[in-house]
Amino acid sequence: MKKIPRSSLIFYGGALVFFIVVQLLISFGLLNAFWNTILRLGAVMAIVSLGLNLIYGFNGQFSLGQWAFYAIGAYCAADITYRWANLGSAGGLMVVLMIVLFTGAAILFLRTQLSKIRRLDALSAFSIYLLTTLILGYVALQIGKALDAPVAAALKALPPAVALQVVFFFAVILAGMLAAEISFLFGLPILTLGSDYFGIATLGLTIITKVLLDNSDTLLGFAEMKGARGMIGIPKITTWFWVFLFLIITIVVTRNLLNSSYGRAILSVREDEIAAKAMGIDVANYKILTFVIGSFFAGLAGGLYAHINGFLHPDTFNFIKSFDPMIVIVFGGLGSVTGTIAGAFAWALVLEGFLRLFLPEGFETWRFVVYPLLLLIMMLLKPSGIFGGYEIPFIRAVLPPNQPKRAEDLRSEDAIQSQEAGL
Amino acid sequence: MSVSSTTANRPSLYDLIIKRGWLGKGLLIVVGLLALWKIVVSLLANPTLFLQQVINGLQLGFVYALIALGYTMVYGIVRLINFAHGDVFMVGAFVSFYGIARFQLHNWLSNLAPNLPPILTQAVGTLSVMAVAMAICALLAFTIERIAYKPLRNAPRISALITAIGVSFFLEYFGALKFVFTPNFITYKRPFEITTWFVNTKGIGQLIQGDTIPEGSVIFSNIFIIIVIASVALLMALNYIVQKTRVGKAMRAVAYDKQTARLMGINTDWIISFTFMIGAALAGAAGMLYAVAFPQVFFWMGIIPGLKAFVAAVLGGIGSIPGAVIGALIMGQAEVLSAAYISTPMRDAIAFSILIIVLLIRPTGIFGEPSREKA
Amino acid sequence: MSKRILVSVFLLAAVLLASCQPAAAPAAPAADTGPIKVAVLAPLSGPVPTFGVSTRDGALMAIEEWNAKGGVLGRKIEAVVEDSQCTPDPAVNAANKVIDQDKVHYIIGEVCSKASIPISEIAEAKGVVQISPTSTNPDVTLKADGSTKKYIFRACFIDPFQGLVMAKFAQGKGYKTAFIMFDQGNDYVRGLAEAFEKSWTEAGGTVVGKETYTSQDTDFSAILAKVAESKAEVLFLPDYYNIVNLVAAQAKEKGVTSVMMGGDGWDSPDLDAKASDGGFFSNHYSPEDTRAKVVDFVKAYSTKYGATPDALAALAYDATYLLLTAIEKAGSDDPAKVAEALAAIELEVVSGKVSFDKSHNPIKAAAVLQVKDGKVSFVESVAP
Repeated sequence: MKKIPRSSLIFYGGALVFFIVVQLLISFGLLNAFWNTILRLGAVMAIVSLGLNLIYGFNGQFSLGQWAFYAIGAYCAADITYRWANLGSAGGLMVVLMIVLFTGAAILFLRTQLSKIRRLDALSAFSIYLLTTLILGYVALQIGKALDAPVAAALKALPPAVALQVVFFFAVILAGMLAAEISFLFGLPILTLGSDYFGIATLGLTIITKVLLDNSDTLLGFAEMKGARGMIGIPKITTWFWVFLFLIITIVVTRNLLNSSYGRAILSVREDEIAAKAMGIDVANYKILTFVIGSFFAGLAGGLYAHINGFLHPDTFNFIKSFDPMIVIVFGGLGSVTGTIAGAFAWALVLEGFLRLFLPEGFETWRFVVYPLLLLIMMLLKPSGIFGGYEIPFIRAVLPPNQPKRAEDLRSEDAIQSQEAGL
Repeated sequence: MSVSSTTANRPSLYDLIIKRGWLGKGLLIVVGLLALWKIVVSLLANPTLFLQQVINGLQLGFVYALIALGYTMVYGIVRLINFAHGDVFMVGAFVSFYGIARFQLHNWLSNLAPNLPPILTQAVGTLSVMAVAMAICALLAFTIERIAYKPLRNAPRISALITAIGVSFFLEYFGALKFVFTPNFITYKRPFEITTWFVNTKGIGQLIQGDTIPEGSVIFSNIFIIIVIASVALLMALNYIVQKTRVGKAMRAVAYDKQTARLMGINTDWIISFTFMIGAALAGAAGMLYAVAFPQVFFWMGIIPGLKAFVAAVLGGIGSIPGAVIGALIMGQAEVLSAAYISTPMRDAIAFSILIIVLLIRPTGIFGEPSREKA
Repeated sequence: MSKRILVSVFLLAAVLLASCQPAAAPAAPAADTGPIKVAVLAPLSGPVPTFGVSTRDGALMAIEEWNAKGGVLGRKIEAVVEDSQCTPDPAVNAANKVIDQDKVHYIIGEVCSKASIPISEIAEAKGVVQISPTSTNPDVTLKADGSTKKYIFRACFIDPFQGLVMAKFAQGKGYKTAFIMFDQGNDYVRGLAEAFEKSWTEAGGTVVGKETYTSQDTDFSAILAKVAESKAEVLFLPDYYNIVNLVAAQAKEKGVTSVMMGGDGWDSPDLDAKASDGGFFSNHYSPEDTRAKVVDFVKAYSTKYGATPDALAALAYDATYLLLTAIEKAGSDDPAKVAEALAAIELEVVSGKVSFDKSHNPIKAAAVLQVKDGKVSFVESVAP
């Protein structure tokens, strides 16, 4: 029997205690809906930011597209539960499930095949993937529709509350998977671009997604999403339990990823792409892997978010807000899991909580004057973020033992001149 | 996917499609041909309307060009995406607004010398308002650079980016306070009246307001002329500064290699500040021209033009001055033509798709140098 | 192995804990002596702070007037202003804050439907009365299944009515062709445009063109060139005054001769009367109206804030009056009773005589106004 390291015990124990304490506070009404919502939004933000931290903090890819995958996840999950809760149909669930399974399998299969062809450029590979996924997506759609009735009947055999939770759970997971697959298709050609150019292309994705969501009822043909009118009728079932569970899963997945050979390869790409290539690491492959995993978390978080307010509006996914996770990870300490989580909660608590409570009467308009000032002061005093390079032992245990090159040494102005990795 | 027996000399179809990347190129070519076809069809369907839209796009493109230059110059030197640039643009628009509406700055010459021809006094007045807007923006950029960016010169690049976002938010919401610019949408007072002309095969004439446009003619206004002239003049001035003066030479040196430039006795801090100021001055001028063309000022107005100008800079190859201009002109046309002929809801999406496609073909933009990576 | 046990214990505990539902927050015992708190949720930051400021000012002025009269039910009224940014998340946080931290029973707000809808979900669940002054989306007062939310009301028309009014009016003037422009990302504008299009074509008019833009656009040249080309008689642009100003200014220089028409969003002291000269729009009331209510309101507002009130201020003022009157009628601080009183209310306010239909939308007449020679004048009144 393998011995569990002490750091893991402390982490799981601490997480359990923290969860129980907060849950008790909620159960006894000590933590009212205001703080409860902020906590849940903070946890969702933490998941999105952890995904971005993986992409940017650990892999050095400057992505502004996290918000697009968050949006895709949110609308995908919302549509699934909407159809179940309001129409009693498992159509959304089955169609997305089939699309995710079919295209996922196709992507995995094509990867093994295409990797045999040397010198295949990214764009050609992209065309092949695109064509395949489009065809399979259509097939999956038909199969999904056919499976709707029997699955709905099976789910209806369960008690309604349980069935809803089951649908919700799958909706969130599928939202993440769908976001991951879309990020794969999009990332394939785009990841060949260098640093800032990649950032701008992903920003473009965020803007395009927002435009499509604005017209989701007309251009995309999802009448229930109501486009710019906002989608209503989504069950509000994201509880503290669910967000916390998914947050812990995200942390553990991140940690275990870092603990693997994959993780070390991902880190090596950030540190020095060329050296990594020289060591025989398939840089393009690891970039896309990180991007896909990071986007999966974004989709997951989107699925959770959709069921907090029970209302989705494209404006939530505006490109200006797409800087929020970036602010969070830099604020918390780039490349630090601990810092990212702390940053996400601090961001939510300060911006929505404390600034609301403590700004005097008549100064409500000052909230967004104070917030950038805090951000500025913080950045000037501690450019490497609150937590800098600190990690809790649980995460630190899996990082390469000796990590002298913290991000700040590496990306100083002069290093940049010769080194283009990361922004 | 049967492996075809490739002979040594003749590449098989499979080789052509897969190995030489013709599949990917084919995809791009199909997209490009579709767009071209659309343009040709629209041109043939109604040539005057098409020409009209091109003029509209040109006017927009030149304003974008002035903003894009600020982004591209700053990026060329410090590799910072200066998100606050769009808000400096906003301040420029507001300064010119107050100069005109409150201080009547555009009338100073006609007040002093009422006998001069109005066209001269108006031109001088407009130019002075623009000069004030440029000066104040330059000062603002200098302050921002010294307070918010200089201390971070040796910090990770992302910290400076986040600071830039912070400065941007601050300028917006501070501007939205009641005693600063107010949160209102304010109608801009132009320093001169609009005149519109129409051109057709028979000749040129002035369009009286309220009249319909004569059949088969293209119209343009004095705003269009002013924007084009002012932009071209400013671009030439900038080109002169960068190419011919000592400061310009120093700027290029710093952009190329900061360390060495410092060793050569160039005061790099000053040069960086100077670059920010020049960029901001151009943004100030652009702010005024933009407000003249689209007569409304409000605290939020810098974000979208700023973003689009930034995209234009990237499209042209960030760091390159001619690239910024060409990129901006392309952006202007792309936006107007896609709104006119493809789909208005998708115009921003189309503009970004063009950007992504251009980047896929030329990964550092149209005029961008190949990235200097360690070879 | 034991790791797995650890995880299962964790999950088990979690499920157990999660299953114990949060105890329903005990309804705050209605203190009979303290002030009655009314929350004003307005977008004081975000894209449209100017609407938020008008709304807040209108509502605060109404509360002040009532306080000067001695409050309601003999108790002072205390306003709790919160910034909701015209965006769903901050709106939810603001609503939670005023309900849970400040224990208000009544909410005036929000301006934007996309913020009002999530607020209404919370307010309905917690039994807090909400009156949105200006959110026109039907979903604000309706549940997903189409039934009415008990506690949610609005003080403005919903989209179909204004669209119908303007379509009828334009055809009465003998116009046959219309070009419609609308903001694809704004439900209010889109709702009005769709309603207008429907009524217009049903009554035999032709829509010669339909174009969309986004709220961030400033360059309308491409669309306006098409409008000029189409030679439409009517250009229907049901957006807020800021967009109208921009479009109108550019329309003149692009040689557009169509008559511009729109909805209540046009109403603002900042409407560029020179550029939009000759345009018609529907509104809740005419500022020229000689009814005592309107005259008093306009006078009081302009002395207090130094500006002519726009539609947002007037509707926020009305919403507050409706709420406070309903509290008085109900004779209690119990939101359930106040909601019943509101549903049955009939009250003369600035925007006319208001009562609520079964979907909690106000029934009131609309006025058609024209921008002419630098000012806005009354043309005709259209009853529902």
